[in-house]
Amino acid sequence: MHLIGELAAILATALFIFALHWMGDPKTARRGVFAGVTGMTVAILATWIQPEIVHHAWIFLAIIAGFAVGIPLSRVPLTAVPQRTALSHAFGGLAAGLVGTAEYFLWVGEHSAQLTPFRMGALVVEVILGFLTFTGSLMAAGKLQEVRWIPQRPVTYPGQNFVNLGVLGLAAALGVVLVLHPTAAWSGQVFIAIAALALIFGVLLIIPIGGADMPTVISILNAYAGLAAVAMGFVLDSKLLVTAGALDGSSGLILSIIMCKAMNRSFTNVLFGAFGKAQPAVAAGEQKEWKQESVEGAAQLLEQARSVVIIPGYGMAVAQAQHKVRELYDALTKRGVTVKFAIHPVAGRMPGHMNVLLAEANIPYSALVEMDEINPEMPQCDVALVLGANDVVNPAARYAKSTPIYGMPIIDADKAKTVLAVKRSKNPGFAGIDNELYSLDNTWMLFGDAKAVLGDLVKQFGSGGIH
Amino acid sequence: MNDFSSVLFVFVLATFIGLGVIRRVSRLLYTPLMSLTNAISAIAVVGSIVVTGADHPLTIRILGAVALFASMTNIVSGFMITDRMLKMFKKQ
Repeated sequence: MHLIGELAAILATALFIFALHWMGDPKTARRGVFAGVTGMTVAILATWIQPEIVHHAWIFLAIIAGFAVGIPLSRVPLTAVPQRTALSHAFGGLAAGLVGTAEYFLWVGEHSAQLTPFRMGALVVEVILGFLTFTGSLMAAGKLQEVRWIPQRPVTYPGQNFVNLGVLGLAAALGVVLVLHPTAAWSGQVFIAIAALALIFGVLLIIPIGGADMPTVISILNAYAGLAAVAMGFVLDSKLLVTAGALDGSSGLILSIIMCKAMNRSFTNVLFGAFGKAQPAVAAGEQKEWKQESVEGAAQLLEQARSVVIIPGYGMAVAQAQHKVRELYDALTKRGVTVKFAIHPVAGRMPGHMNVLLAEANIPYSALVEMDEINPEMPQCDVALVLGANDVVNPAARYAKSTPIYGMPIIDADKAKTVLAVKRSKNPGFAGIDNELYSLDNTWMLFGDAKAVLGDLVKQFGSGGIH
Repeated sequence: MNDFSSVLFVFVLATFIGLGVIRRVSRLLYTPLMSLTNAISAIAVVGSIVVTGADHPLTIRILGAVALFASMTNIVSGFMITDRMLKMFKKQ
């Protein structure tokens, strides 16, 4: 029986690595899911048939409940994928925290010899990471879902970082105490105190974070969830858990690094910098005039262009405009216009968010181009259509040192011959920074909901307007 | 102690493999990548199966059953939504 378990673990590990390998190309990616499901099934069955498992009904019921919640969660609209992802990080953290708690009280009661310093240390790490990921991810999911009682705007107060680090530091200090005295009469209370502090820390960590930082924060929470699984692997002495957790953790780490680079910020700055902190309005008096364009005029500009680059942002997701984008894409390509999409790494609320939405609308992925590839082509582009993107196309990022977006790599929309910007209102963007792109000589504004504006544009191409 | 050093060894190697493999993942697929790795790390389910199913005190088994439910939710929704998203990526 033990041998079956070992072999199953090795097989599952290999399948998981292949699953990620196949994600290298959209053509092979679906094979990755199959490999993952197979690996998981093998591992679950091999564990279930071990002789010490006697309460089969319990396992069965919990699995059924998992399916009952998991299936609806997999069918959410794609605009809600960021909050689903945050929620799944929360579940991952919760599972690690609970298993850690169960193992500790099991060992402290019956097999205290098991609680070696190394294992006790791993348990503390597992519980801290697990529970802080749980509440942190729940907060992030709540912010993304715009739950009413969770403030959307970053909440900051004086001494915030001091409080946060104090809570985490206290949990870590209690952890050290527990490693030194794992089975003292008061150790159980210390353990519970650590878990409670971790739960509080998760909430405190996320309240100062605003929407534009979500891609980075979701990636960091992903890394934490993976590391919690690794710590569980150390506790249970399971190489399979350690490997799978390390794969998840390294994925979260790489994505976090990419997101941070795309915002020109450091990890610590994202977590402790409070991006959304109200910036003093930069020279509010001298806002330049924005020129407005009519839908007819915009349609004419697009019609006459040879190449159009569409730059989508979170506004496109909010307006659910991706299907209208597809109609515009069809109308333009039918007329011989080359249409490409310029994707900024942090556009949207999670890594890859724009790609998934556009793929849902049946836009071929060969038309989705990364920022670094599209920027050299921008001077040849006839019309850049900015669709609900703001900070990622703000030329101020190149030189305005006083703004929080300074140094952030941007899509060079301003270099296109003409810029059409679709914007819901005349308010400044997330960080409260004026976007100079809108007042350039070659920029024309289209005010309105992205979906409605695009619908009107498409109509121009359809019946009558332009032939 | 010997056990732990071998697990630590596996951790270091797995991290290197992870970094190498993830670096090559298509940038188009970062969202499905996150849901896939999330489902994979829900392998923590094996830990919860043992806690839930072995002959432990009731409170321990309840903790295990909740953890098992949470992991299972991640496995089911993670793999299913990954596949649903990947199906949408078409070259032409």
